[in-house]
Amino acid sequence: MQPMTTEQIRVLIARGKLKDTLFQGLGIICLSIGLLVIFLLVGDMLMRGLDRLNIEFFTEFASRRASQSGILSAWVGTLLVMLVTAAAAVPLGVAAGIYLEEYAKRNWITDIIEINITNLAAVPSIVYGLLALGIFVYTFGFGQSILSAGLTLALLILPIVIVATREAIRSIPAMIREGSMAVGATRWQTCRYHIIPYAMPGILTGVIIGLARAIGETAPIITIGALTFIAFLPPAPFSATGVDGASAGLFDWVMSPFTVMPIQIFNWTSRPDPAFEVNAAAAGFVLMGMVLTMNAIAIYLRYRMRKNIKW
Amino acid sequence: MNHAMSVNSASDLHQVSDRLAHNAMRHVSERIIEMLLFAAAAVSVLTTVGIVYVLVSESIHFFQHVPLIDFLTDTQWTPLFDDAHYGIMVLISGTLVSSGVALSVAIPMGTIIAIYLSEFANPKVREVAKPVLELLGGIPTIVFGYFALLIVTPLLQKIFPELPGFSLLSAGLVMGIMIVPYIASLSEDAMRAVPMSMREGSYAMGATKLYTAIHVVVPAAISGLAASYILGISRAVGETMILAVAAGMQPNLTWNPMEPAATITSYIVQVALGDLPHGSIGYQTIFAAGLTLLLITLMFNIAGQWLRRRYREAY
Repeated sequence: MQPMTTEQIRVLIARGKLKDTLFQGLGIICLSIGLLVIFLLVGDMLMRGLDRLNIEFFTEFASRRASQSGILSAWVGTLLVMLVTAAAAVPLGVAAGIYLEEYAKRNWITDIIEINITNLAAVPSIVYGLLALGIFVYTFGFGQSILSAGLTLALLILPIVIVATREAIRSIPAMIREGSMAVGATRWQTCRYHIIPYAMPGILTGVIIGLARAIGETAPIITIGALTFIAFLPPAPFSATGVDGASAGLFDWVMSPFTVMPIQIFNWTSRPDPAFEVNAAAAGFVLMGMVLTMNAIAIYLRYRMRKNIKW
Repeated sequence: MNHAMSVNSASDLHQVSDRLAHNAMRHVSERIIEMLLFAAAAVSVLTTVGIVYVLVSESIHFFQHVPLIDFLTDTQWTPLFDDAHYGIMVLISGTLVSSGVALSVAIPMGTIIAIYLSEFANPKVREVAKPVLELLGGIPTIVFGYFALLIVTPLLQKIFPELPGFSLLSAGLVMGIMIVPYIASLSEDAMRAVPMSMREGSYAMGATKLYTAIHVVVPAAISGLAASYILGISRAVGETMILAVAAGMQPNLTWNPMEPAATITSYIVQVALGDLPHGSIGYQTIFAAGLTLLLITLMFNIAGQWLRRRYREAY
């Protein structure tokens, strides 16, 4: 092999550097496509749906006439389902996270629980819908209610809450626990007064990300058989039910039929009449607004946490 | 320690036993709390048991009506017609084609973004890019479905005029965009875990950044990359709403992405939207379809774990 001349080596180096630059360009292009999709999506929905985004859109029920349709039952339904989801997923997820980090001994039971949580995160969401259809709707007899939907989504986001809790707890140094136990606190007192408060921002971030995921989930809720056309609201606590002057109980709403934002959007996108596309766009914009706000709050919280915590 | 204490009077004795009782109470309540926490952790295991139980028990009823061999080899899927056929391959083909399209977008794009962020980008770009990717990953799939049907399909129809209004292609492409953040963020974590000394060794030999990235960092992080691809595959196979909205829902045994077709997931949605009586054979089909879906994702996950162990590099 002939030794290379300086000129040849320079050409070789220049070629290498050119490839580096080209690849950087490619990387930036790929990243911009992601950004572009977000802008295109939000922009298109805003442009298309702008006319419908007024007060009436939020205070009217869905209707057969596109121009008179609103999302009242959908956003109320979404809010109530999220309430049930949070009420179930937060205590369960946090308790499970605390158990695994602070209590669990290294044995096969713990191993099974851990492997199981990892695998559950990879199970398609529609499978949770089938689980809920078999167990909540028919075996427990909850029917196609807000309760069934809320519990389904709670199971779906449980791994997210558990993992966030564990990570938050793991970042608390051991000296905090030792200090607490040294002054005679029990394990639970240590958790209650030290671990949980210090882990709170991390847990909160995980909960918000989990709920942002749940709010956009459509498939499992369709699978349990939620209705797509609902022109009434769940009974408010203590309101008159119209039956012999009886009034609704505090929790009657959990058993009520319902619809949620994603299902309303699905219903409107799948209609052949293009007038409903406008409604779908407006509702999609509202949903995106909810999800992006929640995610932004979570990202901000995490950012602040990283800055403020110094052990 | 009891006997070491000098007990002088009855009142002292009382105090001691009170304190011990308090201690015992503390002990009992600690045990109860631990049990409650354990029960919470066990809910996740119960979920898995529940999923397997529901899918298997309903599928057993289904397979009493439909022989397994027909289920696997029939080329028609018409469970709600009078002349019912139950060939799951029809739905599997739709699932595989749409996932194939999605992954052919998501894997290259995700990997390029990951290499760029971990090897080339300066920290400021990374600080901005990661949240943007997270936002992209957080967009509800129904909104992506809207995007596929009303924005991407019309765009594609300008390039391919013969493309129908519903197609696996446009649903798959959008699904790919949806999966990019998962692959990019997991792959980037894997590549950043590769020790700096390996890169420095490569640079010292005169390698460029790109050469180092492709020939040193990627091979060293390959098990992490494989894991992220597997997660991407699970997402693609299990994705529902984009396909239900943009790929049409008619069963169609095809390997051509330009055609509309139902997938396993969109079939389940279609049936759930209708009004099938509990316990009917039509009702049971969705559980058989769900079981098939779960087995496919499980297969990929096991393959992923095997790959990870096989190519694991420890530093």
